[in-house]
Amino acid sequence: MKREIPLLITSIAGIVFAVSFFIPHWPFGDAENIFGDWMSVVSAFAIWLGMFNLAEVSLRKVIRKSEGWNYALIVIGSMLLMLVIGFSSVYHAINTDTPHMDPGTGLKWMYDYVFSPLSATMFAMLAFFVASASYRAFRARSLEATLLLVTAFFVMVGRVPLLDPILVWAGITDFAFFSAVADWIMTYPNAAGQRAIMIGIALGITSSSLRIILGIERSHIGGDA
Amino acid sequence: MSQPNQNSPFCKIFPTLLSALFLFTILASSPKTLFAQDAETSVIDSTLENLVPIPARPANVKAKDHVYDIGEKVDVSWELSPDDTTGLRNVVGYIISRRLDTASDFDSVGAVFSRIASLTDIGLTKGESYQYAVTAYTSAGAVSETSVSNSVTTEQEWFDGDKFWQVLLLVIIAGSVAYFIYHAKKGKPMFLRKIAGLQAVEEAIGRATEMGRPILFIPGIHDMDDVQTIAGMTILAKVAKQVAEYESRIFVPTRASLAMTAARETVREAYMTAGRIDAYRSDDIYYVTDEQFGYVAAVNGIMTRDKPATCFYLGAFFAESLILAETGNSIGAIQIAGTAMPAQLPFFVAACDYTLIGEELFAASAYLSEDPKQMGSLKGQDVGKVVAMAAILIGAVLATLGSEEGMNIETFNSAFHAFWGVFGGGE
Repeated sequence: MKREIPLLITSIAGIVFAVSFFIPHWPFGDAENIFGDWMSVVSAFAIWLGMFNLAEVSLRKVIRKSEGWNYALIVIGSMLLMLVIGFSSVYHAINTDTPHMDPGTGLKWMYDYVFSPLSATMFAMLAFFVASASYRAFRARSLEATLLLVTAFFVMVGRVPLLDPILVWAGITDFAFFSAVADWIMTYPNAAGQRAIMIGIALGITSSSLRIILGIERSHIGGDA
Repeated sequence: MSQPNQNSPFCKIFPTLLSALFLFTILASSPKTLFAQDAETSVIDSTLENLVPIPARPANVKAKDHVYDIGEKVDVSWELSPDDTTGLRNVVGYIISRRLDTASDFDSVGAVFSRIASLTDIGLTKGESYQYAVTAYTSAGAVSETSVSNSVTTEQEWFDGDKFWQVLLLVIIAGSVAYFIYHAKKGKPMFLRKIAGLQAVEEAIGRATEMGRPILFIPGIHDMDDVQTIAGMTILAKVAKQVAEYESRIFVPTRASLAMTAARETVREAYMTAGRIDAYRSDDIYYVTDEQFGYVAAVNGIMTRDKPATCFYLGAFFAESLILAETGNSIGAIQIAGTAMPAQLPFFVAACDYTLIGEELFAASAYLSEDPKQMGSLKGQDVGKVVAMAAILIGAVLATLGSEEGMNIETFNSAFHAFWGVFGGGE
């Protein structure tokens, strides 16, 4: 029963969602809405579930002094700090009838001066990782890698909006075609490749969904693993 | 001196004769002047009318229940006002109003520009009867007389017939999948091409075991409502089972708390199936944060501190894909990635040892299971590819011969448009 009930729920939900695409009204359209509402409710409770899980795992690490317990301590401290500031900002907002993220509130300050810069820092690291990954990917070790290198050269150079005008200005008009070549690569070979991948993905999702709906695929609930 | 008798016949006739003579003289002497005067008067009158020229009203207003809907739409159509594209040409648009059959007043429900002769009214109640009125208007604010439509009752259709071709394609593909599953159950041998990334899974887990280092598994950054996350979980089940058999260790930090509970259940069941439930550690599968880059920072920290020998990235990924994969590369881990996000695939290809491209991610579970029923579904998927390839080929030929941008041969033009209506999502 432990596996049959989740399988049954999965099958019913899967069939309802599939059929409601073609019959978007009662009973299927309504059932889809109900499942959507359930998902929202479960997700809302899941935030607490996640928070308690993080606190539990981190606290256990600190108590047992496991490897990296000091990081777990920072996690707990940060979580408590944000909770205190968040709740106090909301309390203040309710008392003064103002939005809790107004400038001047603690929550807004933490968001602007701690959260956003940290996120931006992580995102900014992407630029360096693109450079290092490109260096490895564009080494001409084989015919395919060489083709990739040549293509990448044209796309990167063609995407620089100043190169063609500079070539025209310098009187080298015969070579001012990089933008056109880059556009052609992106519009035809690149789009064709992407669409082929998308068709494969669509078929893969259809087949995978059928396996799950029919109960053939059950490894995600531990069956036949 | 005596006064003339004003009642005499002469006195009565003379002024009349004099007036007639005067009129004749004017007519005979200056007809142009008179006609000019007449034209001038006419222009003035016309100008006065043209200050607010009233357009002719649109005719033949028809209301029809919208087909293939849930009874909430009505299609309204009309003939353009004679002053729209011809005549005064002063119509700038049409105002469409609606009333319930039982109501007396029309309420405006929308407006369209000139030269447009239809509108679909939405948000209606199923089973109610409505009437529509259409009025032409000019930029000067003049409005025509109103034309009223027939009464129409909204009806709900059982099936969305606009999606007929999609149903047909779905039936063909799903039928093929079911057919090959049925044949696989009968024990018919099947050939599947080798997928390098999946063949390397066992080797990668073995390497981690030999090195005495853990395995890191990231099931994407989406929640369980994404099929990619489910695909990641199905692969996690296979990976976790091997990890349990090899007595290695697996870390699964998740971005979504529901994914965390699903991953815990999956890994626990896998350990149980492998007969190593005693080695299962729930603390190794944990929620980190919903914040995208906060999650990336945490996973990067795990990588640099614990130095896993093998990293799996299987699920939905966005900008974090390259940050994770490059960090994994920097610690020398074997990396196997797979996603159905086309924009992230180049990053994984550049930074990982093996990448499951699109459909391979969804095929992975069936491939690893070696279960004939699941492998049969992959063969059924191939029928879909044949249909797609045939459609691309026929579409390319028809587009070349029949489209306006191509050779525009009349014979193929209609065939191309019909084909595009089926496979291209409509006109």
